[in-house]
Formats: sequence, C-alpha cells, structure tokens
Amino acid sequence: MEQYTEKLIEHFRNPRNMGDIAKPSASAQVGNPVCGDVMKIDILVEGKKIKDIKFKTLGCAAAIATSSILTEIAKGKTLAEAKKIGNADIAKELGGMPKVKLHCSVLAADCLRQAIKNYELAITN
Amino acid sequence: LVDPLEVKKSLRPNTVLVSVMYAANEIGTVEPIEAIGKITKQAGVLLHTDAAAAAEYLNLDVEKLGVDLMVLGPHKFGGPKGVGILYVREGVKITPLVYGGAQEKGLRPGTHNVPGIVGAAKALELAVAEREANVKGVGDLAARLIAGLSKVPDSYLTGHPQKRVPHIVSFIFRGAEGEAMVLKLSDRGIMVSSGSACTSGSLEPSHVLLACGIPPQEAHGSARFSLSNQNTKEEVDYVINAMLEIVGELRRINPLWSNTLKN
Repeated sequence: MEQYTEKLIEHFRNPRNMGDIAKPSASAQVGNPVCGDVMKIDILVEGKKIKDIKFKTLGCAAAIATSSILTEIAKGKTLAEAKKIGNADIAKELGGMPKVKLHCSVLAADCLRQAIKNYELAITN
Repeated sequence: LVDPLEVKKSLRPNTVLVSVMYAANEIGTVEPIEAIGKITKQAGVLLHTDAAAAAEYLNLDVEKLGVDLMVLGPHKFGGPKGVGILYVREGVKITPLVYGGAQEKGLRPGTHNVPGIVGAAKALELAVAEREANVKGVGDLAARLIAGLSKVPDSYLTGHPQKRVPHIVSFIFRGAEGEAMVLKLSDRGIMVSSGSACTSGSLEPSHVLLACGIPPQEAHGSARFSLSNQNTKEEVDYVINAMLEIVGELRRINPLWSNTLKN
C-alpha cells in the first residue's frame, strides 16, 4: 500500500518466526478483534536470554510486519535488553511507517514487554 | 432492504427530500426506488437517488422510478473520470455549490469538460444498449464467483441475496483481515477493496457493513470484488483459488483462529 517501505512489505509477505512455541517460558496476547488487531508472542527464555520467540498476528500488513521484525530484533537478546525495545525501534528497523500505522508498532512493543513481564511473574511464583 | 412503508412513516411535515441509493456501491443491494417514488410523490416530497452503480444493470427511466434527482458516475460504466451526471426534474430548483460563470445555467460554473461529457454520453448509450448482455454475462460470472467463494469455510456474502446488481460481490471472511487480503490479492494481480478499518484510514470499519448489523470484528474481514462483462470464467476461477489460499494463510497466522476444521 501507499507509504509502506519495501522492508515492511517484505516482512508482510515473508514473516519471520511465525507460529507457536510448544512449551513457551511465557506468552502474551494484546489487542482485540473488535479493533481488528491482535498479537500473540511466545518466548523461550534460557540463561536470561530470549532463546526463541514466535508470533501470531491478526491484522493488517503493518501489524504482521511489526510483529515479525520485532521477533528478529528480540531473538538472542537478554531480557534486560529486550525490555528496552520500543515502538520507535521497530518503526526504525522497518525504515519508517505511515503515521496512521504507528499504533501497530506500539502494540508489538507492548506485546513483548507483556510476555517478559509474564515470565518474570512466573519465575517469582 | 429499505422498507417503503418505513420511509412513509419517517416523513415529517418539514421533510423536503428523501435520498436512497439505487444500487449500493459497497454491497450491491438494489433498493425499491419505484415503490419509494410512489410514496414521495404522494407526500409531495422530492426523491433523490444515487444510481452510480446502476447504469449497466438496472432501468434508469426517471418516470418509472419516480425520481426528481438522479446521479450517475460515468467512470462506473466505462466512461471517463472527471465528469458526473445529475438529472434534475423540470421544476426542481437547486442551488449551486460553486459560484462564478454562467455555465450549466449557473449551477456549475467553469468551462465544460467537453471530452468528458462526450465520453459520458457515449458510455451511457452503450451501457443502456448492452444492459441485457451485461445482466446475463456478469450475472453468470457473479454466480460462479459467489458459489466459489462460499466454499471458503466461515465466510458469507453481504448485501441482499437476491435484490442485487450482479457486478458487486462483497464477502466477509472470518479470521482474516481486509488490508492483508487486499495486498496478498494485489500480489497475484487481483484488485479488490475492503471495508476494514486498516484500509479506511480511520479506526472504524465500513459504516455500511456495521449498519447491516455485521459485528466490527467481522467487518474487518471484508473483501469486495467487482466484475464486468470483460472478465472471464477463468479469471473468476483464478480469484476463487487465490482466496482459498490467502484466507488459509491469514488464518494460520491468526492467534485467535484454531486451525482445526470448523463446522
């Protein structure tokens, strides 16, 4: 569509790390179908690092692309580093996003943060 | 469908104008303009109709329809862009939106778009002449498309099932998002539009679909196809196969969709 970068379109056409983790360390789902945007992220944590990360998304090209590229950015990072990933990082990695679609990058960043939070809650219990 | 009796009931002493689309451009429903026309005539109220999606398939006889104002968009029936047609019944007074020169009896100043006007007239002439062939030909293609798309599980046609113009086929595919479908279809050389919020530039999905009582989460999954007599059976089959694949792909990536067979 107009204003989508080539990188965004590429991630939409060929999303990376799409799917579920059979036994994830933690999982988070954000958004709601009434708005037309839902993202789920599974993370597998080993040695305080994100060893594996997978996503599933219901939404437009921007929604799918932001969640896809987020998994690329986050994979292999420590939890501390991953917590710092913000929506601006995601948009930058994609080479920019139309203003009206920025909320997709916010959703993706929130989803990962929620997953990490859920992990931390799980290990303290 | 708009119920003519509902129209009658909603008329008030100060009602001046009733406006009902002849053929809905998004979902194809044909409204009972003739019946509404009888009511408005009796009540002494003006009737306006948007017939932009109607020219190639429906009767445009303004006397039969009982309309006082009718609009047509020639680019919708093979004519050029940049020109529109507004029929105004003799005796109906309207005020201009643009002021300036005296063209079009002062109603629409500005030098006439002659090539547009000539093209519009020719397109209308052809649309009327080819109407029967269009209704039959496109009707057959639409039936084939609707039957094929209906094979995608958890999907349905929107708009009235019978009272519709043949060339507009808008479907809801549960669990798939509209813009994603538009792009994946475009990658395969198929051009459609969608009523999803993501394609509208606002946060709301199509107000038409919502007004039909379709829940927002389903309205996001709409894809609208439009046909002409220049399309072929093979193209329709190509589209059907593409949709089966695309909807499958998007449902597999959807966290809310269980990929076990749903009944």
